Amino acid sequence: MTVTPSSFIKGAASLAAGMGVTIKSFFQPVVTSQYPREVLTITPRFRGHVMLLADPENPSKNACISCGICLRNCPSGSIKKVEGEKREGEKRKTATTYILDFTTCSQCGICVESCTTNALGFSGDFNCAGFKREDFLFDLVKEFDKRKKVS
Amino acid sequence: MEQLTEILKLEIVRIAIGLLAVFVFVVLNALILTWLERKVAGHMQLRIGPKEVGPYGLVQPLADALKLLGKEIITPRNVDKPLYFLAPIMIFIPVMVAFVVIPFDSYLQVKDINTGVLVILAFSSFTVLSILMAGWGSNNKYSLIGSVRSVAQSVAYEIPLLLSLLAIILMTNSLSLKDVVEAQKGLWFVFLQPVAFIIYFISSVAETNRTPFDLPEAESELVAGYHTEYSGMMFALFFLAEYTNMFIVSAITVTFFLGGYNGPFLPGIVWFLLKSYFLVFVMMWFRWTFPRVRFDQLLNISWKALIPLAFINLLITGGLLKL
Repeated sequence: MTVTPSSFIKGAASLAAGMGVTIKSFFQPVVTSQYPREVLTITPRFRGHVMLLADPENPSKNACISCGICLRNCPSGSIKKVEGEKREGEKRKTATTYILDFTTCSQCGICVESCTTNALGFSGDFNCAGFKREDFLFDLVKEFDKRKKVS
Repeated sequence: MEQLTEILKLEIVRIAIGLLAVFVFVVLNALILTWLERKVAGHMQLRIGPKEVGPYGLVQPLADALKLLGKEIITPRNVDKPLYFLAPIMIFIPVMVAFVVIPFDSYLQVKDINTGVLVILAFSSFTVLSILMAGWGSNNKYSLIGSVRSVAQSVAYEIPLLLSLLAIILMTNSLSLKDVVEAQKGLWFVFLQPVAFIIYFISSVAETNRTPFDLPEAESELVAGYHTEYSGMMFALFFLAEYTNMFIVSAITVTFFLGGYNGPFLPGIVWFLLKSYFLVFVMMWFRWTFPRVRFDQLLNISWKALIPLAFINLLITGGLLKL
């Protein structure tokens, strides 16, 4: 280990520079957000669980026409049942049951992309804890109606 | 004879009270330093440290202590029982002895032994012995290697420690710590002996096994180290000893180089504690800035850089004092 004056000075200066970096970050504000006490802002492209979206022409109804394309395209087979009926005076079918097994959903988005009427979207809901497996068998039509009633 | 017993009783009572105060201070200091370490580490990493337990996480050390008290003490089968159980207790001895001679204020010194420096330096080799006992008594080859490395490191860094202090002692002509502090009433020794200050501080960081010189401990994070086989309370004792050692070493640096308890306006003990804790903060600052030194580089720094520098410093000091 040969120490020359110039290498010593350079080494000492690098040590001091390192300490400067640390002390600067010591006085900088903290970047963590204190999650349970702070409300986090969810970005628009966040993938929570899948939900039905409203029909833009008739916002009180969801846009699903129960064609079943999402069910056939789901790679993990998470969409269990998509059923609908044609009601009087309406041109399109209305979805009555839409069972999604969220335990196997990987939020890949294939159902959202392949939906013919753009009826599916991702919600920003990340607080999906439950106590039993059955808590995650979502009926998306019921969820849509619940949301409609709330708003 | 009666006067002698009168004086003896008073002195012993005073020393006993001083020792009790020192003990309480050691425990409080360990608690505070564990909290401070985690907070400083957090803020230097752009995060908050502990915050849930008590306001600003102040009750966290207490919660940790309670947890460690409740842990089961697992003793491996073929440990050398006397060595294994004595090691964590013995590691506190040099610390307690050092606290006896440190002047917290002009009247707050448990006993001003007139060879105070010698006492501190002599008893700091107890740490080495206790680490060796811990490593050997654990009946574990990794512990042994870790403790042997730690011993080599401690022994190598005691020499520049001693040599840099010698330069100060040459200037004050006295081994008593009180005289050293009194001699700094006009000008702190750090301005007269900056090289000795730097050598002393680096050596003391290496003596307490702190980063960047914490190979003996880092091994315990990575593979093993001298306190692998210790669980629960005994492990806590080793860590408490490390934090207390940090404070002691900072206190001695303050006493020798930074003016001890001298300072305007505020009472002496406040200045002393402020300076000591500032140096403790600098040691924590080192920990979260620098990477670990490799073992051969560590010994090279001591034998090839610090010791020659310390000798040259001593030579120059002696020469200048003669003139």
